[in-house]
Amino acid sequence: MTDYALSLRPLEFFFAQYKRVWRGTIVSSVVTPIIYLTAFGFGLGTLVDRSADLPDGISYLEFVAPGLLAATAMQIASFEASWPVLSAIKWSRQYHAMLATPLRIVDIVLGHQGFIAFRMLMTATIYLGAIAAFGAVNSPLGLLAIPVTVLVGVAFAAPIAAWGAYTETDASFVAIFRFLIIPMFLFSGTFFPIDRLPGVLEVVAYATPLWHGVDLCRQLTLGDVHPASALVHVVYLLAFTGVGLALAFYSYRRRLLV
Amino acid sequence: MTTQDGQPLIHARGLVKRFGELVAVDAIDFDLQRGEAFGFLGPNGAGKTSTMRMIGCVSPVSEGTLRVFDLDPAEDGVEIRARLGVVPQEDSLDLELTVRENIIVYGRYFGLARSVLKQRADELLDFVELTERAKDRVEPLSGGMKRRLTIARSLVNEPEVLLLDEPTTGLDPQARHVVWDRLYRLKRQGVTLLLTTHYMDEAEQLCDRLVVMDKGKIVAEGSPRELIERYSTREVVELRFADDDGRPEDFSEWTDGLVSRVEPLPDRVLLYTDDGDAASHGLHERGLVPESILVRRSTLEDVFLHLTGRSLIE
Amino acid sequence: MSEVAAHTRLTPWPRSRPAGLLIVERNAMVYRRSWMILLSGFFEPLFYLTFFVYPLGDFIGGVTLGDETLEYAAFVGPALLAASAMNGAFYDATNVFWKLRYGKVYDAMLSTPISPGDVAVGETMWAVVRSLLYSAAFLNILLVLGLIESWWGLLILPACFVIGFGFAGAGIAAVTWMRNWQDFDLVQLVMLPMFLFATTFFPLSVYPEAIEWLVQALPLYHGIELIRALATGDVSAFQLVNVAYLGLMGIVGMKIASRRIDGLLLK
Repeated sequence: MTDYALSLRPLEFFFAQYKRVWRGTIVSSVVTPIIYLTAFGFGLGTLVDRSADLPDGISYLEFVAPGLLAATAMQIASFEASWPVLSAIKWSRQYHAMLATPLRIVDIVLGHQGFIAFRMLMTATIYLGAIAAFGAVNSPLGLLAIPVTVLVGVAFAAPIAAWGAYTETDASFVAIFRFLIIPMFLFSGTFFPIDRLPGVLEVVAYATPLWHGVDLCRQLTLGDVHPASALVHVVYLLAFTGVGLALAFYSYRRRLLV
Repeated sequence: MTTQDGQPLIHARGLVKRFGELVAVDAIDFDLQRGEAFGFLGPNGAGKTSTMRMIGCVSPVSEGTLRVFDLDPAEDGVEIRARLGVVPQEDSLDLELTVRENIIVYGRYFGLARSVLKQRADELLDFVELTERAKDRVEPLSGGMKRRLTIARSLVNEPEVLLLDEPTTGLDPQARHVVWDRLYRLKRQGVTLLLTTHYMDEAEQLCDRLVVMDKGKIVAEGSPRELIERYSTREVVELRFADDDGRPEDFSEWTDGLVSRVEPLPDRVLLYTDDGDAASHGLHERGLVPESILVRRSTLEDVFLHLTGRSLIE
Repeated sequence: MSEVAAHTRLTPWPRSRPAGLLIVERNAMVYRRSWMILLSGFFEPLFYLTFFVYPLGDFIGGVTLGDETLEYAAFVGPALLAASAMNGAFYDATNVFWKLRYGKVYDAMLSTPISPGDVAVGETMWAVVRSLLYSAAFLNILLVLGLIESWWGLLILPACFVIGFGFAGAGIAAVTWMRNWQDFDLVQLVMLPMFLFATTFFPLSVYPEAIEWLVQALPLYHGIELIRALATGDVSAFQLVNVAYLGLMGIVGMKIASRRIDGLLLK
């Protein structure tokens, strides 16, 4: 048997678990984009379009929609890599059950991340469908926003899972959401171009993986791709994912093989 | 408001508790007198906890009469609860507070002054030997410590009656003895105790008087000694057999005239007699050779077995 | 060791005092240890305003209300204050869910003179207290940033009390119907659109007329109207409607909660 097939096995567990709750997640993953797109695209859009401050005559809806796509991916993936990871170590102890089989640490990490990637794939497809229905996908290149969204998700899920396997209690997750995820959601270019931020903050925004995801998704759905910057975005997100996975391997090993 | 001397603190006649179709407590009568330690002995599901909850005014009476301190639980729940101490079957400690805070906050629920409670908390922690853990969180305490803290907490309002629902269930033998010791001291101080248990040794140790409950009904009442005298013999001979082949199908031919009653159980046979040694000697002479013979005193377990045909712990 | 039980002395039970206060006292004792949360309550609004509202305002310009044009931050700031009063109360009330379904705290309270009705009243009061702490912090920041433009602003904190009370009552009533954690997703499906659509980020005038009345039915809309009016000084009799709406929601919620908690705890 190949090593790679081994990493697919934990997926079955996560799918089995997901089967019990998928109905609820479908509702929220269909309804939530509609709520956000309406509120920002149409509601806030009325104000923004009036001031006509956007480049190239695009509407605020077209501007904000791809940003929301990437930002939502970040939020869901971060959640899936925090409490569920700690739970699989501490409360439901599913990782320990997996380790009692031929599965290795590598398989557990990749299996769980694979499941999160699958969740991203579903979310991105639904969300992009909603954006298209709102008439805010301007180019067939927009389809590529789906794999980019998956990449954004994993870029967040991998380092957070590494932390989830390191920490003893779930207290820090609340702080991660309050002080990292939510602020990033607000200022990483989702709702306004980051050159509107005060100086230092603009630099910080460039460094967040979310901004790279937002900008790349935006280039794709608007059909206005700048190859050089798109490449930078992809490389940055891949690097984040790579480092995150390396950290995850390390911290899973440290926590589970004692 | 206080009950006059001689009047029972708790008085129940035809007391019923129903949950839909299920009759948990089926028309029971009992009285609790001031200063006594009174017990409900019975297996799980006998209706003991339901009875306790009705007395504690957290479960409405379905039918019948229940008076606590000559008050009506449906009307005067607040007044009654102010005068009771409750140790529930499952610890209901406040996990977000420390050991000492648990007692203080609980005392505040009774409207007691903080200054009084601070001193009282220290006394009570001393009584249950938890002074060293006063500042600790409740979560990491052992089962026995949590139980002792629950008991200390229940005493904060200087209750007239202490209700204890299965006070030592789930504790290891050593922790049980510590709890029994504390309860015994309370009893000596004159605290009126009302407890439920499915441990016959607990009932024998702590209760002056008890009722045996089964399937919602009271099947017998008396002191432990009286119950044993009335429903059992002085001694019991326990026979065990190596295998079913060596175990006779019918014991009557072996035991006729030797013992007053035979109780065959799946793993052993109990012979009830006033003289165990004579009986086992007699069996030997008749040629019955079990793998082991044990002669012991009768217990409440035997009383329960006789009354219901079942064992207390299933 | 002195005698731990005196079997003739009666415990005094002062009935005159609301027992709900004792629950507030208990919660405050627990809360003392989580001062971090309160501290973040001070920083969060600052966060939101600098990282989000101001840059967005730079992008949008002003908002026209009637014949007056407001700076975007002066438009959104008071609305976010109302939303924070709502969240502080509502989400604290949902903590009661855990206590009601999994915790044993209420079981212990019910073996004392505290009744289920006191639990409903006490938890509502506590949720209001917490909400007020957040509101006060938020209000400070609005003041420092110069986003309160009128002396009517003195009434903002009392107005936050009304908002907190309305949503605390509604929140506690809501949790008595919740069966599991999945039900919180449903709550989210109500709270999120309310937050986004109740004129928090854009004025009522963006909506088609048919939708306008729907938005005006949202409780948060009344909270936002109330605070926004007091902050801008553009106060009218409609603010009495706002107060009545929220106050009524709190009272009805608390009554329902009281009855439902009675049924859940006394079996």
